[in-house]
Amino acid sequence: MTLLARRKLINYFALTLSLAAMSFGLIWLIWILWMVFEQGIGALSLRLFTEMTPPPGVPGGLLNAIVGSAIMVSLGMLMATPVAILSGIYLAEYGGRTWLGRATRFVNDILLSAPSIVIGLFVYAIIVAQTGKFSALAGAVALGLLVIPVVVRTTDDMLSIVPSTLREAAFALGAPKWKVITKVTLRAAKAGVVTGVLLALARISGETAPLLFTALSNQFWSLDLGEPMANLPVTIFRYAMSPFTDWQQLAWAGVFLITVGVLTLNIIARIAFRPMRGH
Amino acid sequence: MKSSIEKARTGDLIFLNLTRTFAAFTLLVLFAIVVSLVWSAMPSIREFGFGFLTSSEWNPPAERFGALVPIYGTLATSIIALIIAVPISFGIAIFLTELSPVWLRRPLGTAIELLAGIPSIVYGMWGLLVFAPLFGEYAQPWIAKTLGQIPLIGNLFTGPMLGIGVLAAGIILAIMIIPFIASIMRDVFELTPAMLKESCYGIGGTTWEVVWRVVLPYTRVGVIGGIMLGLGRALGETMAVTFIIGNASIFINYSLFQPGNSITSALANEFAEATPGLYTAALIELGLLLFLITVVVLSLSRLLLHSLDKR
Repeated sequence: MTLLARRKLINYFALTLSLAAMSFGLIWLIWILWMVFEQGIGALSLRLFTEMTPPPGVPGGLLNAIVGSAIMVSLGMLMATPVAILSGIYLAEYGGRTWLGRATRFVNDILLSAPSIVIGLFVYAIIVAQTGKFSALAGAVALGLLVIPVVVRTTDDMLSIVPSTLREAAFALGAPKWKVITKVTLRAAKAGVVTGVLLALARISGETAPLLFTALSNQFWSLDLGEPMANLPVTIFRYAMSPFTDWQQLAWAGVFLITVGVLTLNIIARIAFRPMRGH
Repeated sequence: MKSSIEKARTGDLIFLNLTRTFAAFTLLVLFAIVVSLVWSAMPSIREFGFGFLTSSEWNPPAERFGALVPIYGTLATSIIALIIAVPISFGIAIFLTELSPVWLRRPLGTAIELLAGIPSIVYGMWGLLVFAPLFGEYAQPWIAKTLGQIPLIGNLFTGPMLGIGVLAAGIILAIMIIPFIASIMRDVFELTPAMLKESCYGIGGTTWEVVWRVVLPYTRVGVIGGIMLGLGRALGETMAVTFIIGNASIFINYSLFQPGNSITSALANEFAEATPGLYTAALIELGLLLFLITVVVLSLSRLLLHSLDKR
């Protein structure tokens, strides 16, 4: 065989493998999504949104879990977003090159991929162990701590790509720096920052591990932030692990709701970001 | 009366310090995590010392705790996941950057990124209810007949064919991190200057030669960084593993067919029900170990990825 023929053969072989890898990856993912949609749609009913989580053998819904998740997720977002946007502003506009800036950026990148279950342990240690009981507030704090790194990172990145000519123009008009940041750069980067917030929202909507020993779960309707609160992920976990088929049906419905929610948020985030890319 | 310049200066000072405080807060969170975990794990650290890392006994009623089984489970599942996910992700990244028709690149790339964002509980539940029964019935007997016959590593593939277990958990973990590693590898491959690739094509290189001899050497650091990031994710993943690893804290043998326990699954299953005191402290010490391992892995990965960005 000539050298050229051999090289071509190796090339075809490798590229076939690459194609095979792509299809292999896609097949699993399509299979998973297919099952979630098939089983999830089959388990959908109006009951899901009007009735509480039932004991086994009794029909019921996921109302308390859906409401509980919504409460804790919004509370976590409310607590964490301002903190994260302000520290993102510091990194991009003030101290990106100081030791505090460098250290914060590095630590933030680590927290971005740190195991979420450890965040749960941390909140357990500082809140649950101190107050002596599991509570929705602890759950919201744990979710909030997961929001911070995502939003800090995107705010930092998005402010950094705002052209410095915009800032210079505002400075030349005599605007103080804080006004330049809030009225000019932050506005220019608005779409990007919103994207970060939406991505963070998508991330915590499906997080289970940090809620396991902070908010715990609750079979019943409760709006008390000082008590354990039902939430979708932990309910899905318990119901899916159970041997009862009607519970497993509810778990499929819950997983379907979460998957659709997270995919929708991700797609909206992409659309929100598109105008930025156009520049 | 204050002049407007003075007013602007106070405003600036307030805003600077406000943002700086919050930046410092982010930094503090990491230290607070380490300090609070060490503090809460203290009873267990005092009681067991280094023996905690080498003992395979996990006996809550007798209050004897050792971390060997969960550590083995965490490492085994993560290594299996990487062995499967790295070549596949590499193939996907090559496909997305060099092979795919241009009109397909964006939709496929976006699909991969979207899939990386799906919560792990979805993978875990699918693994338990759909994958595990099929895996136990069809795949495990076949693996035992083929890989199980190879000397030395054959012992890893013997034992009960339950579907669930360390191997199944590793496979689910692999499926979960494939989109994640693939999209990082694709981003990294795209950093290769077109000029470099074109010069290789120009002297008659095949697509494979361009990837293997130009793109990969140029981006090597970034590729390793991306793999480490995937490893960090696999080590700390909770739900995908907890559903399917089997949650057995008794160590029988090293076989990957056996049900096992990982650090994260032990925490997820036992922590809320653990009695306060030594049991809780031992579980928190497990969490501390996991955190320290992932911080080291993630720091290395960031340093590697960063050094590629600088170039």
